[in-house]
Amino acid sequence: MSKSVVLYLHAHQPWRVKPYSVFQAGTDPFYFNDETINVETNNRFIIDKVSEKSYLPTNAALKDMLLQHPEFKLSLSITGTLIEQLEEWRPDVLQSFKELVATGKVEIIAETYYHSLAFFYSRAEFVKQVAMHAQKIREVFGVTSTAFRNTELSYNNDLAYWADEAGYKAIITEGWDPILGWRSPNYVYQPSYTSNIKLLMKNYKLSDDVAFRFSDRNWSEWPLTTEKYCHWLSETDGGGDVINLFMDYETFGEHQWEDTGIFDFLRKFPEEWLKTEGHDFKTITEAAESYRSKDFVDVPYTITWADTERDLTAWLGNDMQVDAISAIYEMEQTITEQTDPHILADWRKLQTSDHFYYMCTKWFNDGDVHAYFSPYDSPYKAFMYFMNTYRDMTVRVINSGNNDG
Amino acid sequence: MLGWELPPHHAGGMGVACYQMCKGLANAGVDIEFIVPYTAEHNIPFMKVTPAHPQTVEEVKFAGGVYDSKYFSKHNVTLHKNKLDLRKQHDLYAHNVAKLAENAEFDVIHAHDWLTFKAGVMAKLVTGKPLIAHVHATQFDQSAGGHGNPEAREIEYAGLSMADQIFTVSDYTKKVLIREYGIAEDKIHVVHNSMEIDAEIDESHNLHQYLQVMKSNGYKVVVNIGRKTIQKGLTHLLDAASMVVAKNPKILFVIAGGGEQEDELTALAASYGISKNFLNVGWVNGKHLRDTFKIADVFVMPSVSEPFGLVALEAIGYGAPVIISKQSGVAEVLSNCFKVDFWDSHQMTDMILSLCENEGLAKTMWQNSYNEYTSQSWQKSVDTMHSRYHHVTGACV
Repeated sequence: MSKSVVLYLHAHQPWRVKPYSVFQAGTDPFYFNDETINVETNNRFIIDKVSEKSYLPTNAALKDMLLQHPEFKLSLSITGTLIEQLEEWRPDVLQSFKELVATGKVEIIAETYYHSLAFFYSRAEFVKQVAMHAQKIREVFGVTSTAFRNTELSYNNDLAYWADEAGYKAIITEGWDPILGWRSPNYVYQPSYTSNIKLLMKNYKLSDDVAFRFSDRNWSEWPLTTEKYCHWLSETDGGGDVINLFMDYETFGEHQWEDTGIFDFLRKFPEEWLKTEGHDFKTITEAAESYRSKDFVDVPYTITWADTERDLTAWLGNDMQVDAISAIYEMEQTITEQTDPHILADWRKLQTSDHFYYMCTKWFNDGDVHAYFSPYDSPYKAFMYFMNTYRDMTVRVINSGNNDG
Repeated sequence: MLGWELPPHHAGGMGVACYQMCKGLANAGVDIEFIVPYTAEHNIPFMKVTPAHPQTVEEVKFAGGVYDSKYFSKHNVTLHKNKLDLRKQHDLYAHNVAKLAENAEFDVIHAHDWLTFKAGVMAKLVTGKPLIAHVHATQFDQSAGGHGNPEAREIEYAGLSMADQIFTVSDYTKKVLIREYGIAEDKIHVVHNSMEIDAEIDESHNLHQYLQVMKSNGYKVVVNIGRKTIQKGLTHLLDAASMVVAKNPKILFVIAGGGEQEDELTALAASYGISKNFLNVGWVNGKHLRDTFKIADVFVMPSVSEPFGLVALEAIGYGAPVIISKQSGVAEVLSNCFKVDFWDSHQMTDMILSLCENEGLAKTMWQNSYNEYTSQSWQKSVDTMHSRYHHVTGACV
């Protein structure tokens, strides 16, 4: 019996908005250029930090693993906003990603260029951003993606239908129990109301053992060794076809620091998994093509891979978030009608889901995951700075209209 | 004269009122020594500013000011070991003022609000000179009609009882002292505040570029400036704002100032779905403050309990018609404005809409209020204070 590990890593960094006062609105058209030393809104500082802690050592490990084990494969996604920042400040890191893809064993997954929630607000804008991402991936890596993920693995029937029509062979989302019911995430499925596309669902238990629990000393299974982990993977669900391990790239080195032993764990993983006959690795598209769909999966409402709710409430759960994102998408027509490419690009950078995540107030009582990932003192500050950039956008659009006229 | 703050080191209206009042008194020939609890530059030509001790403004502000009675406690937990809390600042000030008073030559002790009352009382006990307690705001006002901090209230009561005379900034506050503190009516004299805006400094360019552009595109701007606390009634203004925006989305609301309600107001505006129309500006001063006044088409002061409300006069001075709550002292001296009960957000909505949508009404109201504002000088109040000074010194000889 064959059993495939589908390892998928997601790399993304937003263009963080600097502390932007209402007095800057109308005078300062640069929102993402905080150059203050050692602050979390300094995008270059973050890119350097994450590159050194995570991207470079992870890519070094993955490259060795790919070269040492012909059977080792993985999938990754990398957003347009991250590629832009790497091009600007860390071409060496971008090069290390290219070297992975050049092995021919790394599949790149399609998504929106700006890591946005456009699908839920403007289909035209969403399609445009997916096309922009595809174009960028072709330019940088020379490949065309055949599998799709939406921001934060947000997913519903409509998205699957769209992806099917668009010709993707696979789409991925969270293996969320209320959706799966008695079914296991360890099989390939087909989204309801589609004709060809396959659906792969994250095994969140086994993924989170690494992504969230790896260094948790209060966890009864700590320390997690490669041997123990591969044993779990083998044992899970007896005859499952695939084990979908989906996680953030930054798991390695940034969320789990190097001194936790995460890189040793990663480096040993292929050898340990491949010891057993029938075990292999597959990319997302390969898995979709290799295994038959066991069932149709119906997802009438939107799910994501975030928080205990697995919904969009981390981004759209309070009134500030709803007000902010509505303000941005209400501008769509006036923005896309005018011709200044800088205005258009900034408008799209403001669509990145992270901006709305920083406004989340759930973290006041829901653990510190959100607080850890926010560069601002409070969700209210995040909201104020964001709305002030929105105000500046309004002025720029008016001024550009005046110039055109 | 004993006071906790003076411009430019002030946190609220009290510092401004003291400054303006002393200017009037000095013009009338009164010789003033103003003792503040910190050492700093003031550049005030008309009186002597004396530090009670060598601390910096920051050290004193760290502990809090007259608006921060919530931090005042016998059981204060000091967050920073090397810094004094508000209670210790208060005691230190009283101690040093009494020392200074021993060797100074003067006729009257004039103390502004509760933080200086103990100092006033001690100076009175040391020198036998008469004490005048000047009330700008009480614990009753600051807690929006509640009890306030009982320790601060005790100090207020002791100061008011020990004072030979009491000045209040309005008849409204006089009634509060009679009703809430049981003070004898004939001891209290109303000394209305007044406002004189310094000569125009070059101000052609307004720092609110965003609002400028929006105004030239037909938007109107409604402004409030003040501390964001329960006393100021801003949630009622936001309630009105939600109704205003529903009727006219081209009206923007600017609320400037610091305070503990900052986040609450942001969230409240979002819950009304009017974030796009709501600018939550932090604490501003200098040109930022002047430009915020100047950008206003309408100024609203919806305070729940406002002893005076100098900010409304300032707003008129800068060119805006005003809507003020009936629960304010300034309502006693101003006729050409809209007066509204702070809780009546429906009526507030009507007033905001009519001022924003009727140029004629706005112009007429402002012009007439400006005439009131210019004729409202310190003269009358200075005369009252002068005669009371004579009264108390005469009585004590």
